[in-house]
Amino acid sequence: MTAYPLLAELSRRAGAKAHEATPACPCGAATLADRPDATVVRHADTVAKAHAPGTDPAGLTPRLALAARLPDILLAPLAPAPAALHGRLVTFWPYGTPVDPDDPDLAPWEAAGTLLARLHRTPAPTALPQMRGPAKAAHAVARLRAAGPHPAVAPVLGAWHTLPAWARAEAPMPDTTTLCHGDLHLGQLVRHPAPDGPWRLIDVDDLGVGVPAWDLARPAAWYACGLLPPGEWTRFLAAYRAQGGPAVPVDGDPWAALDVPARALTVQTAARSVTKSLAEGRPLDEVEQCLVDACARMGSVPPQLTAGRAK
Amino acid sequence: MQCPKCHAQMHTYNRNGVQIEQCSNCRGIFLDYGELEALTRLESQWSQPGPPPPAAPQAYPQAAPAAPAWGAPQGGAHYGGHHGGHHRQKGFGRMLFSS
Repeated sequence: MTAYPLLAELSRRAGAKAHEATPACPCGAATLADRPDATVVRHADTVAKAHAPGTDPAGLTPRLALAARLPDILLAPLAPAPAALHGRLVTFWPYGTPVDPDDPDLAPWEAAGTLLARLHRTPAPTALPQMRGPAKAAHAVARLRAAGPHPAVAPVLGAWHTLPAWARAEAPMPDTTTLCHGDLHLGQLVRHPAPDGPWRLIDVDDLGVGVPAWDLARPAAWYACGLLPPGEWTRFLAAYRAQGGPAVPVDGDPWAALDVPARALTVQTAARSVTKSLAEGRPLDEVEQCLVDACARMGSVPPQLTAGRAK
Repeated sequence: MQCPKCHAQMHTYNRNGVQIEQCSNCRGIFLDYGELEALTRLESQWSQPGPPPPAAPQAYPQAAPAAPAWGAPQGGAHYGGHHGGHHRQKGFGRMLFSS
């Protein structure tokens, strides 16, 4: 009922913002995403994002302010504070060119590692909330529990219970001072100015202080599950280390630091995949089954215990 | 031992088989006889093969990067050949772009 007026009004606002400087409108507009947790529209070089229902302005405002303060790492917003629209918080951003999902060879692994290292080395402002990575993993697992019976539910929950409480968002994280993105994947990088400016990180919703290895853990999990080739993983990790990223030791085996977060993100992705397959009434595909198989193997290997303490 | 410059305590570190004393206060470094030559030798060994972008594969050209015990069998072994891997083709566009 509310989705349509939101989308229409969001598009109108994006158009108005885009033409603050240039009143003529020769440009098309596009809906970039329309999901339960976010609606994103583009109008010329302006993007408007309606954040998830229930987003706390006290959390989003300092995250937005941080993006404005770190324009060499994060895409800077066009307006310093969120606006309210149909009960949702809306933010405005310049358009940036995303990573092409159809061309794996062009994925900017070096830029991703470099930007994360720079973010992790930046002193965090005192007002910033916790990074939301573990909370999102816990949310995905809660949705899986509610989704109904499926043979994959037991191995995924079994893997979840191998994790320490902080990784399940049931205890404070062991690091509460390092600045983290909180939800890194390849959809979180854009080139600004489009089409060939430098790469920047986007999406501040989960930004906060926490265990920095969480930001490396999604590529780590993809590599561990056989979804990311070793060459790409090595490029990402080497770029992160070359910039002095603090999440892993400068050389040697990084898995003491990566093990727990990579398990958590494998569980999160497997949980989302199983929930989605149940909703769509279809079996798991090969890639989804790889994640569930990894969860099944986790049950027999206890997690490494040094996560979050690597320096 | 004590630092000859500021007299604070010096600590011994071992770097690739070379013993180095570093002052805990001024960070000055003391090298024993022959250690400078040993470091120079290590440096020339390191720089000989040219620029080392992926550091780990260079040290162990045959080895895949480390992976956890719960990972897929033999880590990235799905990717025989150059850009092999049907998992990669299927996984890339979807899995690697979403939360």
